[in-house]
Amino acid sequence: MYAFDIETPSSVEEAAEALKSDEAQALGGGQTLIPTLKQRLASPETLVSLSGIASMKGISEDGGVLTIGGGTTHAEVAAGAGAYPALAALAGGIGDPAVRNRGTIGGSLANNDPSACYPAAALGSGATIVTNQREIAADDFFTDLFETALDEGEIITAVKFPIPQAASYQKFDQPASRFALVGVFVSRNGDGVRVAVTGASEGGVFRWSEAEQALGKEFRTDALMDLKVNPANMIGDIHGTQEYRAHLIGVMTKRAVAAAG
Amino acid sequence: MPADGGIGASNKRREDVRFLTGRGRYTDDINARGQAYVYFLRSQVAHGVLKSVDTAAASAMPGVVRIFTGADFEGVGGIPCGWQITDRHGEPMQEPAHPVLAQGKVRHVGDPIAAVVAESLEQARDAAEAIALDIDVLPAVVDMKEALVEGAPKVHDDLTSNLCYDWGFVEENKGAVEEAFAGAHHVTSLELRNNRLVANPMEPRVAIGDYDSAAGDSTLYTTSQNPHVIRLLMGAFVLGIPEHKLRVIAPDVGGGFGTKIFHYAEEAFCTFAAKAIDRPVKWTAQRSESFITDAHGRDHVTKIELALDAEGHFLALRTDTHANMGAYLSTFAPSVPTWLHGTLMAGNYKTPLIYVNVKAVFTNTVPVDAYRGAGRPEATFQLERVIDKAAIEMGIDPIALRRRNFITEFPYATPVAVEYDTGDYEATMSKLEDIADLAGFEKRRAASAKNGKLRGLGVNCYIEACGIAPSNLVGQLGARAGLYESATVRVNATGGLVVMTGSHSHGQGHETSFPQVVADMIGIDPSMVEIVHGDTANTPMGMGTYGSRSLAVGGSAMVRATEKIIAKAKKIAAHLMEAADSDIELKDGQFSVAGTDKSVAWGDVTLAAYVPHNYPLEDIEPGLEETAFYDPANFTYPSGAYSCEVEVDPETGKVTICAFAAADDFGNIVNPMIVDGQVHGGIGQGIGQALLENAVYDDDGQLLNGSFMDYAMPRADDLPSYTVDHSCQTPCTHNPLGVKGCGEAGAIGSPPAVVNAVVDALRRAGHDVTHIDMPLSPNRVWSAMNS
Repeated sequence: MYAFDIETPSSVEEAAEALKSDEAQALGGGQTLIPTLKQRLASPETLVSLSGIASMKGISEDGGVLTIGGGTTHAEVAAGAGAYPALAALAGGIGDPAVRNRGTIGGSLANNDPSACYPAAALGSGATIVTNQREIAADDFFTDLFETALDEGEIITAVKFPIPQAASYQKFDQPASRFALVGVFVSRNGDGVRVAVTGASEGGVFRWSEAEQALGKEFRTDALMDLKVNPANMIGDIHGTQEYRAHLIGVMTKRAVAAAG
Repeated sequence: MPADGGIGASNKRREDVRFLTGRGRYTDDINARGQAYVYFLRSQVAHGVLKSVDTAAASAMPGVVRIFTGADFEGVGGIPCGWQITDRHGEPMQEPAHPVLAQGKVRHVGDPIAAVVAESLEQARDAAEAIALDIDVLPAVVDMKEALVEGAPKVHDDLTSNLCYDWGFVEENKGAVEEAFAGAHHVTSLELRNNRLVANPMEPRVAIGDYDSAAGDSTLYTTSQNPHVIRLLMGAFVLGIPEHKLRVIAPDVGGGFGTKIFHYAEEAFCTFAAKAIDRPVKWTAQRSESFITDAHGRDHVTKIELALDAEGHFLALRTDTHANMGAYLSTFAPSVPTWLHGTLMAGNYKTPLIYVNVKAVFTNTVPVDAYRGAGRPEATFQLERVIDKAAIEMGIDPIALRRRNFITEFPYATPVAVEYDTGDYEATMSKLEDIADLAGFEKRRAASAKNGKLRGLGVNCYIEACGIAPSNLVGQLGARAGLYESATVRVNATGGLVVMTGSHSHGQGHETSFPQVVADMIGIDPSMVEIVHGDTANTPMGMGTYGSRSLAVGGSAMVRATEKIIAKAKKIAAHLMEAADSDIELKDGQFSVAGTDKSVAWGDVTLAAYVPHNYPLEDIEPGLEETAFYDPANFTYPSGAYSCEVEVDPETGKVTICAFAAADDFGNIVNPMIVDGQVHGGIGQGIGQALLENAVYDDDGQLLNGSFMDYAMPRADDLPSYTVDHSCQTPCTHNPLGVKGCGEAGAIGSPPAVVNAVVDALRRAGHDVTHIDMPLSPNRVWSAMNS
């Protein structure tokens, strides 16, 4: 990696100040950024580590909403998000123990890897992304591959998940990285059903609206029988063709509905 | 288990104490005083003319000691190839030059162009980024068949084409094979690819060159399976350093799987540069660098045809293979698709006529060479797949079809030039049926079906050839090396032994199993024997560890040296007890005079050898140290029968291995637990090849999966618990231990079992599928079900 300076602020305000420099970059758990630096694919002058900010850690529940600090690790969510079992299970299936003990929910959402799990959870739950400047609905947050609505230097301080009546995340692993080749998050709430798909689309995480409508009428796997995803905008690579990914979306959605019950 | 910890005992691996507690000493753990670091600037294009390499700006960067380019190696030898194949017309193979650093052209992504030596690795890397390259990019040749089309871009301009050789075996049988096919009742034909693999040992390659300018001695520390071979190849053919001025040390080696057999440019570079700058020079491969510089494995494209009579007897076999050599000839590359592949095509069957054609092809890809099994997995896979397909086509049970054609009498001379000394293929198949509970398969299949899963069963046999030998034969076959092994047994005054072996260990547990052999012969505890290996300065010249040869060949050398020790010790004992040599018996570490109660202990005799006060000095020299070189009379032929049960998810195509059983015949066994471990590891790699691993190049010669993010290695949860058995033992008839070798069997025998099982699962579910190319990814299996 190239040489860089590191700042270790203890508050969100200090971090935001440090990030005002053009050449500064926020460092969460570093599970994507550190390998990128090692390959010399990025050369920030300063890394601003968010790991020492106590106010960005932790999980709390209030009035049917689960709030998770942006600096909370996947392992902490897996162990501590019992109020939202589908989310805890999703966190427990990310990467391997080393990744789960370092990687954070805020870092994952800010990175918006098209194969990551958390974007599906946020979009599939209708979560709200809380930053040091504002609150952003998940529907408005994920704009493109590795692109989000975050401004330069904006920090995800927390994520608010409305706890649904039923939910499940079903992931089909890419065999090497064990990211999602296709992952589908389904949630059912009083106001309808959300189906968010990760891993599959060239545009990143998306909502499968036809499935949402069908399941909104009848939350049973049979409701999906006649639905097919158009392969045209799917990712095609050495692990799976566009057609295969389109097919897997149907299979994983059915399994998520069955598991959510 | 023998109480004495000798041959047959499952002693725990003594080396694991240091390996598992972080106290192993690997090459990267070595840091020479004053060492500099080298970073290799490598080609990012697969094929191009190297017009200029401008190092002026880079040379002025902080910390740079010196930058080397191809020009620095003019007049220096290239990386040699250790095996010359003669083609079907009697002509030698085309053998291109392989410079240490690229000269004139770059030929694969990863080809080293310049080497920056600096005070730190980061400084070397910074400077490498400042080197200005001018490369005229040329079209790459990646596909082997396209590479052979008239007018295809040539990887090496000075060769007549991209064809390395066109090998026919046995050429004289070609006509008879064709006649047999013409008259056959049934012919089964199968086209398949044996996928390209990256070995990925846990420890990446490392080289440290060190030069003692006062003595004029060079030392290379390297991650090698065979330090003596590296010393000979690099000293004699590349750098012109005689053996007595060159020491090669390979300390603990963290896995090799073949890819650490070969002599690599980085080793020669570090040795050369250390002398040039009079400082040690260290290189440690990054993982992504390993992907584009370690020799790859397999990559054969094959058409195989089997001719049968109406009862399913094999009449003739014909195969046509394109074998990828990559951009340069790696050390043993030409031998893999030929002598290590063609000679195994008979398998376990008495097919009377066989013809093997292999075209070895240069492409703009990483060189391909031996990888666990080397040629034998490629032979086994195609043979065992075509047999299953024939069984389907003829409506014969696949196990019955195999049994019908088993070789049953030994020794057996195959039509592909080798003679199997022993084996019992019926016994291993029956053992397999028992340990795998094949009779219970239908019940398990029904249970899987209840869960919505398609269960399938795959069974196959394999034969292996280990300990390639004898040297005079392999010399005739084109080997530019002998294939003996050596051992020096040094007995210390108080009775302990040090055995210096020319073989090496990169995870096989030699430090545990080898002492069992020597201790067993003398009747002492194995803890009294220590193994020394991996350093040319304190081991006799030996050929190293590969091809499952170390116990069969290296162990035999130890036996011969120990026999000499015992013979001499008996003379000393005879003198001490005033008896005749011929009356001395050795048992449990005690020398006794037959028919009397006189005895002396092992330690009394060894002490007398070094404190020769009461000693037959007129007849024998003091001391107790002997060396033996063992050159085997023949290969050894382990064999076995494997089975795999899979479940296929009909919705996703995902394959889960439910059960895997292996019944092997390795002849006599020294340490059953180590043998279990070797078989487990081999099966893991075979399942990796069958389900997960595949190095993929695009049309421009870019490796698409050059990291673990995209190259899928098998992990623990991809694999089942194995059932392994090696109680079927037909000892090798021509080595003193009766051992055969077990290191590669698992990787050879397992891929066809997996593919046979998946095809079986799909067929039982009504899909008309006869073959799927490896790796059987979920997508491929799903496509096979839905085409």
